[in-house]
Amino acid sequence: MNVSDKKDFTVVNHSVEKIDALALACGTSQFTDDVDIRGMLVGRLLYSPHAHARIKRIDTRAAKAVPGVLAVLTHEDLPKVRLTTAGQGYPEPSPYDTFVLSEKARYVGDRVAAVAAETAEAAEEALSKIKVDYEVLPAVFDTMEAMKEGAPVIHDETDSKNIPDAGHNICAKFDFEVKESEWFSEADVVIDQWYKTQWAQHCALEPHVAITYIDGDGRLVIRTSTQVPFHCRRITAKALQISVKSIRVIKPRIGGGFGSKQEVLLEPVAAALTLATRRPVKIEFTRKETFISSRTRHPFVIRLKTGVRKDGAITDAHMEVYCDNGAYGAHCLTVMMCSGSHTLPMYQAKNSRFLGRSVYTNLPVGGAYRGFGATQGFFAWESQMDMMAEKIGMDPVEFRRKNYIRSGEGSPVFKAMGEGREGIEQKIGSCGMDACIDKGMAAFKWHERRERNRHQTGVKRRGLGCACLMQGSGIPEVDMAAASIKMNEDGSFNLHMGATDLGTGSDTVLAQIAAEVLGVTVKDIIVLSSDTDLTPFDVGAYASSTTFISGNAVKKAALHCREQIVKVAAKILDVRAEEVDLKDGKAVAGGRSCPLSEVANTAFYYHDQHQIMGMASHIAQSSPPPFAAHFTEVEVDTETGQVSVLDYVATVDCGTAINPTLAEGQNDGAVLNGLSYALCEEMNFSPSGAMTNASFRDYKIYTSGDAPPFKTILIPTYEADGPFGAKSVSEIGINGPQPAIANAVYDAVGVRLFEPPFTPEKVLKALKAKR
Amino acid sequence: MTKTKGRGSVKAVDGLIDIVVEINGKDRKLKVAPGEYLLDALRREGYKGAKKGCDNGDCGTCTILLDEKPALSCMMFAAQAHGRRIVTIEGLGTTDRPHPIQQAFAETGAVQCGFCIPGMILVTKALLDENPDPDERQARRALDGNLCRCTGYVKQVSAVLLSAKKLKSSKKGAKP
Repeated sequence: MNVSDKKDFTVVNHSVEKIDALALACGTSQFTDDVDIRGMLVGRLLYSPHAHARIKRIDTRAAKAVPGVLAVLTHEDLPKVRLTTAGQGYPEPSPYDTFVLSEKARYVGDRVAAVAAETAEAAEEALSKIKVDYEVLPAVFDTMEAMKEGAPVIHDETDSKNIPDAGHNICAKFDFEVKESEWFSEADVVIDQWYKTQWAQHCALEPHVAITYIDGDGRLVIRTSTQVPFHCRRITAKALQISVKSIRVIKPRIGGGFGSKQEVLLEPVAAALTLATRRPVKIEFTRKETFISSRTRHPFVIRLKTGVRKDGAITDAHMEVYCDNGAYGAHCLTVMMCSGSHTLPMYQAKNSRFLGRSVYTNLPVGGAYRGFGATQGFFAWESQMDMMAEKIGMDPVEFRRKNYIRSGEGSPVFKAMGEGREGIEQKIGSCGMDACIDKGMAAFKWHERRERNRHQTGVKRRGLGCACLMQGSGIPEVDMAAASIKMNEDGSFNLHMGATDLGTGSDTVLAQIAAEVLGVTVKDIIVLSSDTDLTPFDVGAYASSTTFISGNAVKKAALHCREQIVKVAAKILDVRAEEVDLKDGKAVAGGRSCPLSEVANTAFYYHDQHQIMGMASHIAQSSPPPFAAHFTEVEVDTETGQVSVLDYVATVDCGTAINPTLAEGQNDGAVLNGLSYALCEEMNFSPSGAMTNASFRDYKIYTSGDAPPFKTILIPTYEADGPFGAKSVSEIGINGPQPAIANAVYDAVGVRLFEPPFTPEKVLKALKAKR
Repeated sequence: MTKTKGRGSVKAVDGLIDIVVEINGKDRKLKVAPGEYLLDALRREGYKGAKKGCDNGDCGTCTILLDEKPALSCMMFAAQAHGRRIVTIEGLGTTDRPHPIQQAFAETGAVQCGFCIPGMILVTKALLDENPDPDERQARRALDGNLCRCTGYVKQVSAVLLSAKKLKSSKKGAKP
């Protein structure tokens, strides 16, 4: 019985209830801050009020004298180790340009000092008494200006590493070209267009929080809201120059991350305060701090110059990206590369070129954010696709259909561009794009709406837009995940894995995969994830990798466990091992069966005594893209510039949806975040670089009342490389709304918007310019 | 439950104020600081289901029911709760005996990270107490003050509607 390739699922592809849903709904699940620890100190951070300033001197004497203050730390108190806060595989493809507490202020919100005190009041008072003598330096806030000769050099220190051109504020660069003919020699039409996207913040409802303490054995415990527990352990050890083995990282329930918690931000500071005081310390960002001092979505300046033939073939794709990274490197190389590596393979051009630069400016730091560069890249690409279609007189949907990458096809881009290094060659396995387009258009009633929208008059005009998308599933030959499964005497199993559920439902999805292999229900799987002392390694929750990579690790571990069960069961049932199947919590062969509890008891107490336990690791050789097609109708008020989304349909091919309800939820969340990002979200800055809308009230994310009608449609395919046919689903949905809405606005009123968010002011300005 | 609404008289000792609050059906005597917010006091007393997402009245994760109406516990002083009735998520149901609304949220897939969920469930309770048969628009409007970044609100609106159904059928004596 080959369980590996089975397609008649009993647990997988079923919408079982999320295993932690009820406890979360009853308020009993514990998030990082939902524990009481005696004697816990309050940790607080002092931030630079200047965008760029040399710190000449910090006087902490008055702060230390405040009653109840136990520690005041500055860069002088910590090891002089440059690191990256980006939680990525080691060695990280990032500049090592960051101190835990900065020796020079590089943006408003840069961390200058940390305090631990008995009360919040004492901590606040101490912060106010730290005297920092700043020498204010000229700052640069514009991506393109920052690269020019004579611009202020943000990283002028000599001890940073992996900065390609610090003198021009370039923190990452990547170029590549594949050329089959002379550039633009075969094109009938050439379009050369610039796009500019905005700063945005993740807005996970739980702010970053870390609690650190020293346990009874003298080890440092870090209880934290992280997407990357193992990277957190490694980076914290390096930052504080202590051993990895002296640290235990525990990830409890996490209140969302979307990439912001892929950064190791609070853990090293809290740990340093605990080491300094030998007391438990909690640092919790306020909402304002998450805006000004955590991480953001990088704004991009993109130039796309494309050539197309009249028959609809794309001949040339020249993509130039300038990624504004803010003050530190973090994910500068990987996000910048993904803007090309996830978009360029989508449509096959004969000539492809990517020129990428990530740039330091004196603004908050760009980090990982759902979509990870592909969001910005697809805004440019999917806008340009409509412009090309119009120029050659082709229907925009059919133009996409003609050009998208098919199953069995490869792309030179896959090999040329990975994440932070060369990629790997791969051919597309499953591709449901045709069905995504067909079912999406049918559900949306695209043609009927098109007819209805002809001959519009009046102030409010309607228009249709679409966007086609892809992403990846993990980072091939880089990301590793591991899991172990231990059988208990009642026939239940402990599933231990490094995979990090930050609210995504991965604990449930991975338990389903294990249950499918072991012939039990999800209720028989006891999940423990993300504790660096107790669970095997996993890179963590990022790059749309968990279902695909951790899922394969869990599946292999379960198969390993199953082999052992089958051997014991065969003896009990007196049959050959090949005859044994596992289902409904039983080992069955022919007409006979025995409960799994009997198998476990036999192994524990009676015969050939041993622990039945499976263990496996997985590293992927491919990163199968999920595909998606989005359709929208907007109404533009030509008097006010207001854009209203009337309807939105998002189809997505994620292979086998291990849990359809959770997969829909992932896509729903991504799409609404994308809609909010397209129409209203933007971090604004004062002329001196301070964020001016650092609260939910001023920044504004969509509420249930703002959300337009929208719908996710899952398009099933079967990905041979995925666990039970699964690919990723979590990120792709966020890439669609910006271009789909831009295309719909053009369809409605004939103005093309290149700089989101599409606020009424911008739309009105564009309408006026057209008149 | 005929407790007098409003502040009554409170007593300050050692800079702390003694208050009496009914929390989840039980009278609790609490010592709170004059400037202490209700959310902080509740969390200190172990009601961790009320969350701090913004501490600014913008996100709704700290929502409790105050005399049966949704209130933002991060926006009022603990002392203002003196003599009033509070219901937190812990007062609604437990994992072995969940409230139908809690069941509905779990069953529909409305719970992703779950940080916003206690607030949403309490808002739903208040809505259904007033309007046992809301339509989609009313459900959506009820959740409008509770931010969620995970779900797109799609399944949460369904959860409100399913909650109404469950409550109606449980009132009729049928199984929810």
